[in-house]
Amino acid sequence: MAFARVLVPPSVKRGEAIEVRISIRHPMETGFRVDDVGRTIARNTLKEFVCRYNGVEVFRASLGSGIGANPYLRFFITAVDTGELAFEWTDDAGERGDAKAAIAVTA
Amino acid sequence: MTPWAGALALAAAFAVSAQTPPIPAASLRSGITYAGADVRAMQDDDLQNPGMLWSERGKALWSAAPAAGRPSCAQCHDDAATTMRGVAARYPAWDTGASHVVDLSERIEACRTVKQGAAALPREAEDRNALEVYVASMSRDMPIAVVVDGPARSSFERGRAFYYQRRGQMNLACANCHEQNVGKRLFAETISQGHGNAFPAYRLEWQSVGSLQRRLRACLNGVHAEAPSEGTPILTDLELFLAWREQGLPIETPGVRR
Repeated sequence: MAFARVLVPPSVKRGEAIEVRISIRHPMETGFRVDDVGRTIARNTLKEFVCRYNGVEVFRASLGSGIGANPYLRFFITAVDTGELAFEWTDDAGERGDAKAAIAVTA
Repeated sequence: MTPWAGALALAAAFAVSAQTPPIPAASLRSGITYAGADVRAMQDDDLQNPGMLWSERGKALWSAAPAAGRPSCAQCHDDAATTMRGVAARYPAWDTGASHVVDLSERIEACRTVKQGAAALPREAEDRNALEVYVASMSRDMPIAVVVDGPARSSFERGRAFYYQRRGQMNLACANCHEQNVGKRLFAETISQGHGNAFPAYRLEWQSVGSLQRRLRACLNGVHAEAPSEGTPILTDLELFLAWREQGLPIETPGVRR
């Protein structure tokens, strides 16, 4: 289950900073824990997180075992054009997830 | 409080009439008021609150089509925002079909398995909790108001007896902490009044959403007592007693707790 909740302001002025907030459902298993019978639980954390704004990469993060479950990211980008923010992430298990958010830029 | 005063207080708690909860309505404090500013901020902001991820998942399940020819939740119950408003505040409640008191999780599961013909989900399964969070979150800010009279009475009394019964290696009843020592410290934690109004809640220790029954089991393990597995009727009885004890507190689901 890889899905997320995204929040961006509904409309912004060109050149202004936009606050982007995203919360991703992920167990972020560290690989250091064991189950009830002592077997190691395989590591499974998010690895790469990328945000593209109309196809241009504007934010990238490398996550690992130091980040808790269900990571919450908050960052700022500059509003350029009306369009779409596309988020994409991969984890150790090789699963990919994505989310999208529309941005309306006024002059 | 001196020991004999504590004993008197506990005796008084036993003696009060069934219609008078042990904590006066004006003194009820939700568990969140004992939490630090960081946890409070997390619960108050729907995007930072990880429990909302479960609510989002529950929303998808609400309209997802089950087995062929069976209705989805939305096809019978329409928009949850209106039809499910206030439902969580009434549970646990007597269920005529099942002939016992059921909590919200069991009620939803009955609908899933009987009406939708879906495969049964065990308690604490992610989707089961997700659906419960979604339904319960529709009653956010509504005061808890359960019915403990009529057929639910015996279940309620069993719950109350469990609450005031000392148990486990530490020989503690729920009331010893959550009525007699509220506000004092237990290691790094402040002892709360022990209300379940935020559940199913996201617990940071679990790094996931869990039901009230799971939380009760954690407390029972804490006093080194035998913890009945989730779904055991006595836990539902206890849930009913707790809901009556905290009646009037607003529902916070999905809450955030340490």
